[in-house]
Amino acid sequence: MTLILLTPLDLGLAAGLVILLALLSLRLSLGIEKRLLIAALRTIVQLTLLGLVLKFLFVQSHPLLIATLALFMLLVAGYEVMARQQRRFMGAWGYGVGTLSMFISSFSVTLIALTVIIQAQPWYSVQYLIPLLGMMLGNTMSGIAIALDNLTQNAWQQRRSIEARLILGHTWDESIREIRRSALRSGLIPIINAMAAAGVVSLPGMMTGQILGGTPPLEASKYQILIMLLISAGTGFGATAAVWIGSRRLFDERERLRLDRLKTPG
Amino acid sequence: MGSLTLKQFQSPLLAPIDLHLAAADCLAISGPSGSGKSRLLRALADLDPAQGEIRLDGRERAQFSGPEWRRKVGLLTAESGWWSERVGDHFERLDESLFQQLDLALKCLDWEVSHLSSGERQRLSLIRLLAQQPQVLLLDEPTANLDQRNTERVEALIGEWRLAHQAAVLWVSHDAQQRTRIASQSWLISAGELRPET
Repeated sequence: MTLILLTPLDLGLAAGLVILLALLSLRLSLGIEKRLLIAALRTIVQLTLLGLVLKFLFVQSHPLLIATLALFMLLVAGYEVMARQQRRFMGAWGYGVGTLSMFISSFSVTLIALTVIIQAQPWYSVQYLIPLLGMMLGNTMSGIAIALDNLTQNAWQQRRSIEARLILGHTWDESIREIRRSALRSGLIPIINAMAAAGVVSLPGMMTGQILGGTPPLEASKYQILIMLLISAGTGFGATAAVWIGSRRLFDERERLRLDRLKTPG
Repeated sequence: MGSLTLKQFQSPLLAPIDLHLAAADCLAISGPSGSGKSRLLRALADLDPAQGEIRLDGRERAQFSGPEWRRKVGLLTAESGWWSERVGDHFERLDESLFQQLDLALKCLDWEVSHLSSGERQRLSLIRLLAQQPQVLLLDEPTANLDQRNTERVEALIGEWRLAHQAAVLWVSHDAQQRTRIASQSWLISAGELRPET
């Protein structure tokens, strides 16, 4: 099996379909054509740039360059988590909670995968590290964003019942426990659903890519299984860290509920 | 036992407050809505941050943890909060006599909170608070949703509690007659200042 190379014309045809969709949106006045086209353009530019960067790194695999790219990916993912919060924490916490949690979970799980499981040589080999880290960040990002959003929204909506517990002398931990649990559950449900549906309803993107690239299907399956398991672990640990740090931050040193630490949406 | 002492206590919207509330004393507070009465009670219960000195039986607030302080300085909010569907989940220990005194049957513990009337909520939240054995009571219009009979019951219960436990009581009330019934002194918030009513 050889890889069939895509020409600019091939991609142009696919882009034509999106432009058609934008025209349809215009015709039906859905009002999303602008966002659609910008997003499509971002995909094209960002992925082309990533391809170029990776091409460069494959040749020039200096650890410092790889670390810079990894850090850049983390910072962008952290920004995405923050941007998806309706009521984010004020100040550095708004950015910090999600970014730190992703750092803890994605980096450690990727590190374990590279050194213990895949045993790439060297462990920071670009071919393995960047795609793995990208998959981890992309997925933990949504899990953490959903969990944090759920936490702060529910704390806001249920402030009266949280304070009712505080008034009766309950600790901050007891008072936010139920809300924390539901936030964590909501962050984990997407990946649990994805694992349950993998291969039956959906053909996961990475496996599709490997098969298109000529990898034997069973090898692609094994990699996909590895990735799914790593992602669920990473998402779980990341969301736990984010929800724990976030819920603690909702209370001060006197264990008062401090919703004034959240930005109002809009 | 519970006395409350404030020195230059800074509550939102109000000028610094100096006040000593002796054990078993009841102070009534009134003032237009929005003048900061509820926020004062929240600050006293350490639910909102506030500057200044506050002591319980002579001990500085910093010597208690937040939850300890709130357990001893019990706040009854104007609107009660409930975190579980079943009424009974909100009670740490049950004192049947409290239910009887407020004309409530113990079987209401199995009811759903959403089925309670506002008057039932108000009485149940008072019983819930007293079950924690607070040493000071901060009451934000505890009889606002009650008819006359239940108002009398609540006033009697708090009066007894105050004497039996030597608890200081701070009672926000809009009703001038009630203020003379329940309190030894009455203070008023006007123009951002808490001062004795003349």
